[in-house]
Amino acid sequence: MTALPCRAGIGFKHAHWPAIAADWPDIGFFEVHAENYMGAGGPPRRMLAALAERYPVSLHGVGLSIGGEARPDRDHLARLRALIDWLRPARFSEHLAWSTHEGIYFNDLLPLPYDAATLERVARHVDEVQEALGLAILIENPSRYLDLPGSTMEETDFLAELARRTGCGLLLDINNVHVSACNLGYSAAGYLDRFPLGQVGEIHLAGHAVQLDAEGSRVLIDAHDRPVDAAVWELYRRTVRRSGPLPTLIEWDNDLPGLDVLLAEAAAVESILAQLPRAARAGSEAAHA
Amino acid sequence: MPEPIPQAALAAALLAPPGPGPAHPRLAIHRNNVVGGLVAALGEVYPAVRRLVGEAFFRAMAADFVRAHPPEGPVLIAWGGALADWIAAFPPAGRVPYLADVARLEWARAEAYNAADAAPMTGAALAARAAADLPATRLMPHPALRLVHSRYPVASLWAELTGRPGAPVDMARAETAVVARPFDEVLVAVADPAHAAALGMLARGATLAELTEAAGPDRLAEFLRFVFDHGLVAGAG
Repeated sequence: MTALPCRAGIGFKHAHWPAIAADWPDIGFFEVHAENYMGAGGPPRRMLAALAERYPVSLHGVGLSIGGEARPDRDHLARLRALIDWLRPARFSEHLAWSTHEGIYFNDLLPLPYDAATLERVARHVDEVQEALGLAILIENPSRYLDLPGSTMEETDFLAELARRTGCGLLLDINNVHVSACNLGYSAAGYLDRFPLGQVGEIHLAGHAVQLDAEGSRVLIDAHDRPVDAAVWELYRRTVRRSGPLPTLIEWDNDLPGLDVLLAEAAAVESILAQLPRAARAGSEAAHA
Repeated sequence: MPEPIPQAALAAALLAPPGPGPAHPRLAIHRNNVVGGLVAALGEVYPAVRRLVGEAFFRAMAADFVRAHPPEGPVLIAWGGALADWIAAFPPAGRVPYLADVARLEWARAEAYNAADAAPMTGAALAARAAADLPATRLMPHPALRLVHSRYPVASLWAELTGRPGAPVDMARAETAVVARPFDEVLVAVADPAHAAALGMLARGATLAELTEAAGPDRLAEFLRFVFDHGLVAGAG
């Protein structure tokens, strides 16, 4: 498995296919949601195969429910393994969240308390997934809306310990950091200062929406429906100055604009990466070689 | 130290009908994500149903469906096919009697889109076989082939609702819609009513002798022309 390049990537959306296939834009990688390519055949898999011939692909799962109380579903693991064997993606990533309970799939990334019992269970599930897939995966920090009772440790410590126990890498979603920090009332910069950047194999950036919750408080929603917010760009600059360049995805899933808008966001990523001091660049590239 | 909320309690609150009293005040955000996201996924599959009943009605109906038939697994392209039967038993949808059949056609299209790939067999390839072997030759239906039999002009209605030009819709006409995907594009065609029985047999895999009997010997050539023109056969054994 080859690593993702330390460049900008964008999510692959079928609506952009004609524009992509017309001139194969210069972009570091594409990311796709694994579950959308689990049909038997048809245009989705044909487009993905053509894309994978020309670009590294980061495969992003939304359905393993690694944080679930139940073990990861064996059938779903088998489908993923078959997709990975066929696609040969540069990376596979999943979430620190649950999405399935007692045979119902909720299609959302639901929160976990951060305590020793949960860490033990999630680590067991990550081990099982890595064993079934035959590779080291990345685990992504979630967007949080609720301050669940029962947590005894910081999310950053939970993720660092998860990576240490299982050998998995981490996917750092900086929009999620900003969303969670605003919603739960802590410092995003402080969170990022504690984040184990040495374990990070990919960064996600996305736009978020702002709503009022039932009690009239401002709440940020991880909506993936607009450009990356200025505050998130600032956190990103701050992070890559410390980590050096990392593969960085622009996520945009709803109210999809034209391909040119996504490519412009990707160009903004690359210009930030290009301005990093030489020392930061060299360090990161050695770590990812 | 407060105890963690069990996932069962959160899960039950996610699909509860709208109203007060979730396990956590901000759980409403996840509830909106769950129901809203799944309703949006159905909306992508069922644009003609949406047109027929309007966005607000569709969203309310789809939210009820989501609570009654949530996905059983994370492969959402395999979820939502039960909507047609559910609509047929949903009294508020009764004012549009053909709504369930239009939903059946849209689900057939969704299935065809993700069906296994296979090169369609040509009529010439069949004709090249020894005449004596033909009656016992079994045609293998293309993996994307789906049929929707309706008392209503389901294919014409669907074409009109999705902005595809066609003849004026005759509401008195029953139609069998044929859904195929010989290459990349999903096609919807209207079958001649006289071919409906033979198409049903073809979809299950039938020999030419059986198809001759179902189509009628006089109409077999016309039936086979329709079948091969639309790429409904993936091979013959």
